[in-house]
Order: sequence, then C-alpha cells, then structure tokens
Amino acid sequence: MNFDRFYEKDVAITGIGQSEVGRPSQKTASQLTADACLEAIRDAGLNPTDIDGIACWPGDHNNAGDSFSPIGSHAAATMLGLKVNWYGGGYEGPGPLAGIINGAMAIATGLCRHVLVFRTITESSARLVSKSASALTNKTQGRDGSYMWRWYTPFNVYSAINLIAIFAQRHFHEYGTTSEQLAQIALTCRANAALNPKAVFRDPMTLGDYMSSRMISTPLRMFDCDVHCDASTAIVLSRSDIARDQPNPPIRIEAIGSALNVPYSWDQLPLTEMATRGVGEMMWARTDLTPEDVDTAQLYDGFSILTLIWLENLGFCERGEGGRFIEGGARISREGTLPINTNGGQLSGGRTHGLGYVHEACSQLWKRAGQRQLKKADIAVAAAGGGPLGGSLLLVRD
Amino acid sequence: MSAEAKFARKLPQLTAENTPFWQGGRDGHLLIYKCRSCSDLFHPPQPVCPSCQGMDVSSEPVSGRGRVVSFTINHQAWAPGLVVPFVIAIVELVEQTGLRFLSNIVNCDPDDVLIGMEVVVVFEQIEDVWLPLFEAAQ
Ligand SMILES: [Zn+2]
Repeated sequence: MNFDRFYEKDVAITGIGQSEVGRPSQKTASQLTADACLEAIRDAGLNPTDIDGIACWPGDHNNAGDSFSPIGSHAAATMLGLKVNWYGGGYEGPGPLAGIINGAMAIATGLCRHVLVFRTITESSARLVSKSASALTNKTQGRDGSYMWRWYTPFNVYSAINLIAIFAQRHFHEYGTTSEQLAQIALTCRANAALNPKAVFRDPMTLGDYMSSRMISTPLRMFDCDVHCDASTAIVLSRSDIARDQPNPPIRIEAIGSALNVPYSWDQLPLTEMATRGVGEMMWARTDLTPEDVDTAQLYDGFSILTLIWLENLGFCERGEGGRFIEGGARISREGTLPINTNGGQLSGGRTHGLGYVHEACSQLWKRAGQRQLKKADIAVAAAGGGPLGGSLLLVRD
Repeated sequence: MSAEAKFARKLPQLTAENTPFWQGGRDGHLLIYKCRSCSDLFHPPQPVCPSCQGMDVSSEPVSGRGRVVSFTINHQAWAPGLVVPFVIAIVELVEQTGLRFLSNIVNCDPDDVLIGMEVVVVFEQIEDVWLPLFEAAQ
C-alpha cells in the first residue's frame, strides 16, 4: 500500500532516562520507574506538568504487578502526578517498541504534545524468589487456556528459548549458519559491555568461553540468552515543531516498522523470518534512506539468533547471509561498517527489554556514549521483538 | 516418590473448537480442521477458514504422517522430574504444505532426530487429553 504522508516524521525524541541496572536492584519497581521517568523529563527540558501523554509496553497487563512488567501507565501517571490527554499500554502491539510507536501516533494525530514512554522490569529480583518465575507454564493456573502458549506448554515448552532454538536450527539447516558465526553476537555485545559502566556482565568473553557455555536448547547455549536485570528506561517524545525549542537536538522518527504480516504464533510463522520481514519492508517503504545510510543498529538480542534475523530482514545483509555477515565479528564491531548493540545489548548489558535499544541509539546520536561513543553516529535503527512480536524505528538526529 | 513420578505435563484447556484435536487420539485419529469451501486444512482449530474466510469448517482425520521442519533438543531441567534431554519439533503433515504444529519426537535417541525426517503420530493419553506426539516412521 502506498501512503502520501508519513506522520511519524512529525515526532521527535527529546529526552531519555534510565534507572540503575541492577542484578538485582535494591530499589522497588516504582522507584526505578520514577528515576527513569524524571530523568527523561528533565533531559527533555520539560517539567512533569508539560507531559500530556504516557505510554508503555506491555504495561501492567495482568493487573498483577508481575516482574515482566510491574508498572503500567495508570500507576506511573498517578505516581508522577501527571495530567494527560492520552494514555495507553497493553501487550497487543508491535513488540517492545509499541509504547513509542503508539505514543508517536498520539502526538502525530494531535491528541497530545509530549509523551512519556517507559518500560520497567524486575525479573532479576523475581528470580531470586523463584527460578521459574517467568516459565511459560506459570503464565496460567491449572490448564493452559492462553491464546498461544496452550499449543506449546503441553509439549514441555517452558521457555521462549525452546521456540527460538527451533528457528535457529532451521536457519543453520537452510543457510549453513554455524555456532561459531552466531557466537559473534554474544562476543560483540560483551566487548561493548566492557565500555558501559552500567552493563551487567563486563568481563571479557572468548569464543572458547562461548562454545563451552552450557547447552540449553540446541543449538542455543547459555551465552545466547540475555541476562535478567531490574531496571526502568524512559523516552520522551515531542511534537517536532515544539522539539526545536527543547535543549537536545531533536531525534526525528524518520520511519516506523510495525507490520504483522504473519500469523501471531510461534509455530505457524516463517521460521527464519518471523515477523521481522514485514516490519523491515514497511519501515524502508516510509523513507528515502536505505540500510547503507545507517551508522549503528541496536537490534533485539533476547536471544542471539534474533539479532541475526533482524540484520537480514532489516536489509543490512541478504536473507540467509547473516552468519557470513557477522563471521569474525569485524563488521558489527565498534570499528565496523555497522556497529550493533553498543551498550552490550541485553546479552551483556541487561534485559531492559526494548527501550534499552532506543536509549542507546539516542545516547550515540547525541554523542553522550562516553568511552563507547562511535565516531560517526547520525542515523540509527532500533528494533525489538522475536517470533510474532516485532517493531522498528529509524532515527535521525536533525 | 521418585522425581519422575512428580512430573506432570501442563495440559490444555479444552474448548468446543480444540476438543477434536486433543481427543481424536481416543479413536486413534489425528483430527485437523478442513474448510469445505476451499478444501484447505488449517491449524490451530477455529471457526473461520483463514484462507477464504469460509465458515463451513469441521475437523476430519488425516494420516498422522509428516516430516520434521525443525527441532531442538532441550537440555535444561525446567521443572522437577522433567526428564532431559528431549526433543521439541515442528512437524509438517504430509497432507498439505505449511500444515504444521509443535510437538515432541519420542521413542528415539534425541541425537537421531534430523530435519526432514519422516515421522508418524503416536498418542499419549493424560486424563482427557490425547497428546499427538511423533516417532520415526518405519
Ligand atoms: Zn477456505
């Protein structure tokens, strides 16, 4: 479908904030959320009274304050004393970036001017109490009546790793991708984490360390999995014409990818593409820029293979060529043609789950990334999600 | 009580639409929904054909034969008594390209499972559910 106007370009990121990244944190979910949100609002040059919209993903979707998403828009808006024209949350959306995508649409359609988007997660604390806190089998009590998980839990699928390992195995089979190639995602993230004081794991990792890490679900090992943490991340979106008067150079949302062209399912979708193909095609159809213009990509690494699939389907290499593209790690390193996950990603930086990628993209575009600052960083991509969840942003510093 | 004895699979909630799939094994049949309008088989069960939106749909027996599209050998003991390693696979049924679901490959050494391997359904009854699992075809 052709569109003659792309409303996301009327919206800019004007501030970012992030709490401490604890494993675990001694702070409560509310404290972490307040730290991140107030920092982002200040960074945008605003007061809480200026914020007239709030969004998050997935929000307090079970009304249970569970560790995957303990704080929703209702709780955060109330805690911060916000008076908003528009607010939203909820799981059903284009993955962990849904809060930003929804918030941008609310601004573009004139419902509000400044939207606070946040994401809080306390999975590290939760796992101290129960190792199986996030098991898929614990999402339902008694028999599984959930829309999707009920097709997997009876077959002893306890973790998303089992589903994503099936995607990885198919990628290995179809395209000859190897564990040594895939290792470069984890090794690159770890090397970057060494330069990020907030990263959870910063000690050097070698290929040998990766290959000898425990096999969880073939072909995925322990070091293919991200690391739980307690953290909150916040982003302030502003209408572009107002953003020009705020302190940070506005970071324009040049294009959004939010398509879902495949069944919302983990076993009915194309195994080596997931939802990412449609997301990438949509995003590039809404801009004159191309993948070659991108200086850095912050790509979801809940599991390493997902980053590789994003690389392919966002057009940074040919489909099926991801293994060869990352081989040796040079291309995706800080010195390479496409540095990825420059804060250590979720694999080593911590599973902030979604907004961490946007926070890092903005840090790089605003030249605030300290030791890990890239020489050239004017245009960035952030993408998040796995399986049927997926969304992407093309970000340009004006 | 042994560790194994304590382990119980999570079972699905039965609904009017999915009961044929979960209970077909009682009569030894794998039951899959079929659209009378366009003849497509589809899964999961639902009252509307996802291809043509026809509503004249009902379940019917298929051969139970298929191929492994992809799989993983799970090594992590996620729950007390869960015996590892075991195989989780996506199996495509021979009746139609793309007609597939997730299951386990059983009655073989996990290391013997391959993509493309021919498999046949075998049912494991737990309470009122007959889980359609797969084993290597002879
Ligand atoms: Zn039909």
